[in-house]
Amino acid sequence: MNVRGGLQLKSHKSRPLERPIRVVPAPATLVLALDQGSGEDAVAVVRPGDPVHVGTLVGSAAGAAAALHSPVSGTVREITVRPTPRGVGPCIVIDNDGRDEPATPVLPLDWHALDGTTLLERIATAGAAGLGGAAFPTAAKLALARTTGAELLLLNGAECEPWICCDDALMREHAADVVLGAQVMLTAAGARHCVIAIEDDKPLAVAAVESALGTASDARIAIRVLRALFPLGAEGPLVAAVTGREVPHDGLPPHVGVVCQNVGTAAAIGRFVRDGQPVTRRVVTVTGSGVREPANVEARIGTPIGDLVAACGGYTGTDVRPIAGGSLTGRLVAGDEVPVTKGLNCVLLATVADLPARGPEMPCIRCGDCASACPAGLLPQQLYVAARTDDADGLERFGLGACIECGCCDYVCPSAIPLTARFRAARERQHLQALERRRALEAKVRYERHQHRLAEQAEAERRAFDEARRRAGGQDSGQP
Amino acid sequence: MVTNTSAPPHVVAGFSVPRVMYQVLLALVPVLATQVYLFGLRPLLLAAMAGVTALACEALALRLRQRSPQPFLRDGSVLVTAALLALAVPPTLPQWQLALGVATAVLIGKHAYGGLGQNPFNPAMVGYAVLLVSFPLEMTRWPAPGGEWDAMTGATALDTLRTGLRQSYTMQEIFAGPAFGHMGAAGGEWLNLAALAGGLYLLVRRIVRWHIPVAMLAGIAVPAALFQLFDPGAHASATFHLAAGATMLGAFFIATDPVSAATSDRGRLFYGAGIGLLTWIIRTWGGFPDGVAFAVLIMNLAVPLIDRYTVPRIYGHARQ
Repeated sequence: MNVRGGLQLKSHKSRPLERPIRVVPAPATLVLALDQGSGEDAVAVVRPGDPVHVGTLVGSAAGAAAALHSPVSGTVREITVRPTPRGVGPCIVIDNDGRDEPATPVLPLDWHALDGTTLLERIATAGAAGLGGAAFPTAAKLALARTTGAELLLLNGAECEPWICCDDALMREHAADVVLGAQVMLTAAGARHCVIAIEDDKPLAVAAVESALGTASDARIAIRVLRALFPLGAEGPLVAAVTGREVPHDGLPPHVGVVCQNVGTAAAIGRFVRDGQPVTRRVVTVTGSGVREPANVEARIGTPIGDLVAACGGYTGTDVRPIAGGSLTGRLVAGDEVPVTKGLNCVLLATVADLPARGPEMPCIRCGDCASACPAGLLPQQLYVAARTDDADGLERFGLGACIECGCCDYVCPSAIPLTARFRAARERQHLQALERRRALEAKVRYERHQHRLAEQAEAERRAFDEARRRAGGQDSGQP
Repeated sequence: MVTNTSAPPHVVAGFSVPRVMYQVLLALVPVLATQVYLFGLRPLLLAAMAGVTALACEALALRLRQRSPQPFLRDGSVLVTAALLALAVPPTLPQWQLALGVATAVLIGKHAYGGLGQNPFNPAMVGYAVLLVSFPLEMTRWPAPGGEWDAMTGATALDTLRTGLRQSYTMQEIFAGPAFGHMGAAGGEWLNLAALAGGLYLLVRRIVRWHIPVAMLAGIAVPAALFQLFDPGAHASATFHLAAGATMLGAFFIATDPVSAATSDRGRLFYGAGIGLLTWIIRTWGGFPDGVAFAVLIMNLAVPLIDRYTVPRIYGHARQ
C-alpha cells in the first residue's frame, strides 16, 4: 500500500455489530437542517403551513448542498435556527401526520434505458449526497468525473474510524443495493470499472459484497481488501492505497482518473432506482458506553438523536459526551434534539472511560512521532511552530493546505498539544486574511474606478468648456 | 493560547513526556551499574549529586522565569540531562566540578533558551564542554577499572592512541598498553556494551527511532574502516572506535535528544552521520580525549540548515 503514516487503533465496533440494523420509528416532529453536512445550505422552497408528502422537495440544491426532501407526510411547522451536527443552522421543522403518503407513486426507475447525463440529473433530483460524512452532492461529483473522463469509480467501504460501523452493517445487509448503486454510478460517471475498497477488519462485509458481486456477475466491479489503518477512509490516502496515485494538491481525485463515493451512497442510489424515492433515510451507528444497547439504526433524516438513543435502549445513566462522527474527527454536539443529517454517520455517546481526558499540554520536544503518524507526509511539529507564530511562509512551506485534520498527530503527541485544533485555527485565520485581502482589493478597485470616473468627468467638462469657449470665440469678431 | 477541549480528536494515546524521560533513565541503568562494577560506588554518588543539583537548578530557573514548577520538575527531562552528564565524566571528577557542569547545563544550556523544548544545544553536552575546557586535567583522566582508582588514574585509550601515534609507536605497542581491552578501551568497552544494551531497549520500546544511532555509528565506523584499510599503521579499527569513548552513549542517548536534533527522518540521517564523522575526525586529528560532545554541539548548530533542506515530500506535491 502506497500510504504513509496512519494509526492502528483498537476497534470498538463489535458491540453495535452484534445486532442487525434497527429501524427507528418516524418521530412526530422532524428537523431538516438545510446544511446536511457539506457546509452549505440548501434553499428552502416550502413555507410554514405547507403540506408535504414523503419525497416532496423542501430544499433545492445550491452549490455544495444537495436537494432535500421530506421523509414523512405532514405539515411544515416553521423554518428556524436549531442545533445541528455542525453547530447551529437554519432548519425546516415538519410535523409528521403519521400517514407516510408518498408525493409520487413508488415506481422503479428504468435506469438501463437512460443515458449517463439523464441519469446524473435523476441522481441530483434524488438528493443523493455523500453519506460517508461529507454530504457533498453525488451528482456533482459524478458529473466532474464524466467531464474529466475518470476511469475508476472507487467505492469507499474502508470505514477506518474505530467506533463507526454503519457502512459495515450496511454492506452486510444491503450488499446487493451497493452493487446496484455501483452499476448505476458507473453509467452516470462514464467510468470503466469500479473497485469496492474494504478494510480487512470487516470479513463479513467482504463476504456479503463478494456474494452480491457473484449474483450480479459484472466484470467491471472488483473488491479490494485493505489493511485496517486510520485514516484510510479519507479520500487522499484511499486513492493512494488503491491506485498508487496521489491526488494533486491543487486538484481533485478525477484529475488522477478516480471518483470516490461512499458505499452507503451507492446503496442509497441502488435503493433510489429500485423504488424511485429520493434519499430520506440513512444508517447511523449509535454507540459508546453511554448507550445501553449500541446498534446501527436506520433513521429518517431529521430524526432527533434522542430518538436514536431511545431505540437503542436509552442512556446507561453515566455522564456522556454526545459526539457526531467518530472519536478522532467527530464533533461535540448540543444534545438529544440534534437531528440526523445525510452526513451523520455516527452518534458516539462517550463516557470518560471511552475517551479519557488529555494530560496537561507540555512544550513540544520535537520527538517527531507526529510526523511518523501523519498520512499527508507533513511535519506537524514544524507546522505547529509556524501556526504558533502565524508565519505565513512557514505554513505554506510545511503544507498547511495538505492537512486533512485527521487528528493522528494529536493522538500520538506525548506533549498533549492540540495540534489539529491549532491547524484548523490557522486555516481559519488564513481564510479570514484572504477575505480581508479580497475586500481590500475590491475597495482599491472601486476607489481607482471612482478616481478614473472623476478624471473622465473633469476631462469631459474641460472639453465642453473649451468647446463652448471656441464657439463663443467663433462668434467673436475679434478673431484674426 | 486557549485550549478548546471539545475540539476533535477526542481520543489520544496517552503518551507523555515524563514517560519518555523515565524510560530513558531506566535505559541508563546498565551504564551506571557497569560504572559501579568497574569503579566502585563513586559513580552512584556523582549521579545522585548531579540529580539533586539539576532539580535545584530547574526549580531556581522556573522560579526566575515565573513558571509553575509542577509539570516541569516532574517531567524528568532535567534528570536525564543530569544523568547523561554524570555518566559522561570520569568518576574521579571532584563533586563541585560536576555540580558546576550540571548548573551550566540546566541554567544556560536549557533555561537561558526558554526551557524544555526550546534549547538549540544538547544541555548535557554544553555542561560537558564547559567542564572539559575548564578542568582539562580532571576531565581527561579515567581510573583503571577494578584497581585502586585514586592511585591509578591515567590517560584514556583514545588519548593514549593519539599520543602513541604522534610519538611513532606501532599499533601493536600502543594496544599492548594497560588502557586497552579486548575491542576498545579497557573498561570503556564494557560501558559501551552497557550503553548499547540500554539503547537497544529504547529502540524496542520506540522511545528513540533508529535513524540517528545507526547514522552516527556508520559515520564513525565507515571512515575508520576506510582509513584503516589504506593506512593500518596510523589508524585504529572501526571496532575500536565503536567500543571506545562515549560512542554508544552518544549514539543512543546524547545524539538522540529530540529537542536539539534534526526533526525529519531523513534529516536525522544527515544529523547522525555528521555527528559520527565529526567524532571520528576530532578523535583522529583533534586535541581532545573524545569528540562526541563537540560533534554533537557542532551538529546542533547545523540543525536549522538540515531541517530546511530535508522537509519530506507532502502528499499530492511533487518532490521539491
